[in-house]
Amino acid sequence: MPGKVFAVVVVIITAVIAYCVITHVWWMPVDISAHGPNIDHQIEETMFGAGILFILGQLVLAAFSFKFGDSKGARKMSSFPGGAKPLIIFAFVVVGIEVLVLSFIGSKAWGSVYFTAPDPNSVRIDVQAGQFAFYFRYPGPDGKFGPLHPELINEGNQNYFGLDPDHDLDAKDDIVTAGLAIPVNKPVLLTLHSKDVGHSFDVRELRIQQDFVPGIVIPIHFTALQAGKFEIVCTQLCGLGHYNMKAYLEVLSQADYDNWLKQQAAMQ
Amino acid sequence: MRINQRTKRLCMASLAVLVVLAMAHARPTGGTISGKVTYEGTPAKSKTIDMSKEPSCAQQHATPVTTETVVTGPNNSLENVVVYISAGAPDESAPSQPVKFDQKGCQYLPHVLAFQVNQPLEITNSDQTSHNIHPQATKNSEWNKSQLAGAAPMDVTWNNEEVAIPVKCNVHPWMRAYIVVVKGPYGMSDESGAFKLDNLAPGNYTLTAWHETYGTQTQTVTVAAGKPATVSFTFKAK
Repeated sequence: MPGKVFAVVVVIITAVIAYCVITHVWWMPVDISAHGPNIDHQIEETMFGAGILFILGQLVLAAFSFKFGDSKGARKMSSFPGGAKPLIIFAFVVVGIEVLVLSFIGSKAWGSVYFTAPDPNSVRIDVQAGQFAFYFRYPGPDGKFGPLHPELINEGNQNYFGLDPDHDLDAKDDIVTAGLAIPVNKPVLLTLHSKDVGHSFDVRELRIQQDFVPGIVIPIHFTALQAGKFEIVCTQLCGLGHYNMKAYLEVLSQADYDNWLKQQAAMQ
Repeated sequence: MRINQRTKRLCMASLAVLVVLAMAHARPTGGTISGKVTYEGTPAKSKTIDMSKEPSCAQQHATPVTTETVVTGPNNSLENVVVYISAGAPDESAPSQPVKFDQKGCQYLPHVLAFQVNQPLEITNSDQTSHNIHPQATKNSEWNKSQLAGAAPMDVTWNNEEVAIPVKCNVHPWMRAYIVVVKGPYGMSDESGAFKLDNLAPGNYTLTAWHETYGTQTQTVTVAAGKPATVSFTFKAK
């Protein structure tokens, strides 16, 4: 009896999970990026493949416990033909093929983000991550970012990037903000800097998650297709204030974006 | 009724000891140093602080908060300058009443806080968000502790003189305060630049004025009984 009950419970659990996944009960938020459909398509494919394997595995488990789970007395034990060694080789090969196939198919989606050149007319924004906040820098009317002087970083005086506007002409009109605003439907190129440890830039709606590595400037580009306000979170454990390391992304119409930038420039 | 001679003597002796103790403990009265702190030149403009990362704090400020690296008043007066006796004052025991230091609207209140070595400091968090208090001390031990929203006040003391300890909150990088731990009497310039040190014994003192952006200045001053000494400091705006 217990074997049959177990089999029924396994089937019920499998059906509930499959239902939740197929109907997207807990799914990703709406995608607002141009490259997002590639990523979502890849996730669907991966979930589909993994889901079939999951359902088959559970059904086999249920079938065996239904048929043999309640049999009394001594049972004949069988082992994998040839013993443990071929079993491990078999597992390695099967899992290896699975990983290779997934990476091969997935490289298309990954390459669409990382192996394409950014639009030369992209809106360029510098991002500074530090324990525990993000700051953003716009080049201002001259279109040039002033050089960075890490020794000048002074949070008490709002100098999060280490700018020297008194001596660097290009830094004079740089605009540093605590929130990220971008125009809708325009390609954006972010350059990620970290001033201390590893952090991560994650906007779920943009389908972008990219680590900051101190000492390396990492470019990432995307186009947002929908206006709105979204959360930017750090998804790389970075210290005691990690839970509160966030900022907000505002995707604005071109006119709103121009206004916003003007306001921010006035606040410098 | 006969009072025992020995009891009488004991009473007298105890009284005498108490009087001597009280005299030793009371601060010498009379001498004061007062004055004004001003600046020359044009101070750097204060910068607007964007608190959008922490909406519960941003909501508390009708107009955006600005940096307090240089706070000035009318007639070139300079606020938040700690004026203290750096030499010449006798060692005295610290007052036992605690100094209060609050975190409110993602700002430190007050921005500059002076008190004495071993005087208790009570740190509170009036915000709906968590803060961490990170005094970057070099002569005292450096520490970094979180204080959750609604948490009990934190009591700390400082064992060594240190001018000044920058305090930051790593969760809200714009937050900045300075803790000034001094051994002797001190005063702080108000919005009119005025400061005052009370109850000083007559004598020669070295007076130091400290400002978070403009650094320190030192002067010697002689305090005579019943005659207030006047000292003024002028900092050059960089």
